[in-house]
Amino acid sequence: MILLGRLGSILATLFLLSVIVFCLQLLLPGDPATILAGEDRSPETIASIRERFGLDQPLPIQYVRWLGNAVQGDLGMSMRFNQPVVSLVLSKLPVTFQLATMALVIAILIGVTSGIVAAVYAGTAVDQTLTVLSVFGFSIPNFWLGILLIMVVSVQWGLLPASGYVSPLVDPWESFRTMLMPAFVLGSQLAAILMRHTRSAMIEALNTDYVRTAYAKGMPRRRIILRHALRNALVPVVTLGALEFGQLLGGSVLTEYVFSVPGIGKLLVDSVFNRDYPVVQAVVLCSGAIYIVLNLLADIAYVVLDPRIRRGRSA
Amino acid sequence: MSTKAETIAAHDGLLALLWRNFAGRSGAILVVFFILMAATAPLVAPYAPLASDWNAVLQPPSAAHLLGTDELGRDVLSRLLWGAQSPIVAAFGSVALALAIGVPLGLVAGYAGGVTDAVISRLTDTLLAVPGIMLAIALALFLGGSLLNATLAIAVAAVPAFIRLARARTIQVMAEPYVEAARSVGVRTVRLLFVHVFPNLVPPLIVQATLAMAVAVIAEASLSFLGLGRPPPAPSWGSMLTVGKDYIGSAPWLSIWPGLCIFLVTIGFSLLGDGLRQSLERR
Repeated sequence: MILLGRLGSILATLFLLSVIVFCLQLLLPGDPATILAGEDRSPETIASIRERFGLDQPLPIQYVRWLGNAVQGDLGMSMRFNQPVVSLVLSKLPVTFQLATMALVIAILIGVTSGIVAAVYAGTAVDQTLTVLSVFGFSIPNFWLGILLIMVVSVQWGLLPASGYVSPLVDPWESFRTMLMPAFVLGSQLAAILMRHTRSAMIEALNTDYVRTAYAKGMPRRRIILRHALRNALVPVVTLGALEFGQLLGGSVLTEYVFSVPGIGKLLVDSVFNRDYPVVQAVVLCSGAIYIVLNLLADIAYVVLDPRIRRGRSA
Repeated sequence: MSTKAETIAAHDGLLALLWRNFAGRSGAILVVFFILMAATAPLVAPYAPLASDWNAVLQPPSAAHLLGTDELGRDVLSRLLWGAQSPIVAAFGSVALALAIGVPLGLVAGYAGGVTDAVISRLTDTLLAVPGIMLAIALALFLGGSLLNATLAIAVAAVPAFIRLARARTIQVMAEPYVEAARSVGVRTVRLLFVHVFPNLVPPLIVQATLAMAVAVIAEASLSFLGLGRPPPAPSWGSMLTVGKDYIGSAPWLSIWPGLCIFLVTIGFSLLGDGLRQSLERR
């Protein structure tokens, strides 16, 4: 059906992603075996590493071998933690998911609500204020907003913890409190984007014939806005939200670093500092793969949410 | 076709429109201000950016040091002024590079269709699948930290957006009757693409390029924040924040100013992009 065709291009994209991630290591200046050897640079060690990792083979063969391992969930060993890279990334994923989900919820609450308000009061001072705020939210660098919030909320007021992580399974309330600031910081940019899209989609929806008809029927304004206009305006917004979830994973890099949240973002930064190249490759590969899957889910959501697409394409 | 005179007239019209647009005017002022800051830092800065004064370490703002000093006794204001150079260079450099790579690829994909389009589009999808900042971090790490490599990394992350835009617009324009007319009178492909199709791509590309510069400024700051930009001790806003982060409680001025600069440049480019879009739509 519709989605089956998408599957082909998704496989192609995943393949290209793996090629790009594999090729990253070719950018490293110098001999990879020497780099992998780390401190111990005796010729024997380097030679044995070259043989063990197949670095003496031609590139396409190296790639096929690497891909074969990757498909079986083996992306190499972390040079720093001496632990399989995949299990390292997987162990950090739940934290990042929790952070990104909270950020998404905050972004939707702030973004969609302010978008509706701005659209309903389009052209007024309320609309203009919200639009200016959205420009601010879009432009403020995550890490700086984080530092400012820590400065004010944690250091000055002592309201929320400045850093760290508590599992929701251990203490849900404390987990919520530690995640609140990072999630707000991570979600701020998405909130700005969602606000703009909700605003323009709502303005469009409020000017349609069916909304005019609903008014003519004497339906309450609140009901028209929430039931009729919003439902139609939300379709593109939902897709955007799903797509941006992938970007949240990317944005989590600096946010997690600033707030010391132990997710894949912080893992990436730590690996940058430790020059732990295989971990960096794995993080990029996993994030890309997650995004591609989310993309597919967004397509499915789109079809489910909008009956017109469902009927239109299957006919 | 008196193209030259017309373009210039149209160009003047755009600048005038931009100046009448509030967002456009504010953005233009901010961007020009920071370009001047980068260019004149050597003349204006009160101290050398690397000069340490060990008797004035972590001093709060004072008459001698208007924005205070850092952990090595260096003047924050001077470092801030010099620090404008790398984001400006990275923004213009990376976007120029992304345009140079992305636009021809998008044109070809949109024009040729078929397998060429499929290959280029899948490549675009792939680059878009990895969050831009993550891709830039990975590339900058593997290439090694320097301003040039950071610019390259940011450019690669910016390319897919330009390919998509150029491709979509090309497909749109190719359906126009005048393109068909040009083709039917035997205009050759290269000329068709550059003389008839490309000019239609310019307005949306200008807007996208300006917005991409806003993203590039944040990306450059992020990379130098992680030590992947211009290597220290060279002043850059990102690396100044890295230090500031360790003195949040005791020396907040170390974090406030560089962050504010990054924020203002980004806002400048965003507003300029918005203003340009509105002005171009109005024309």
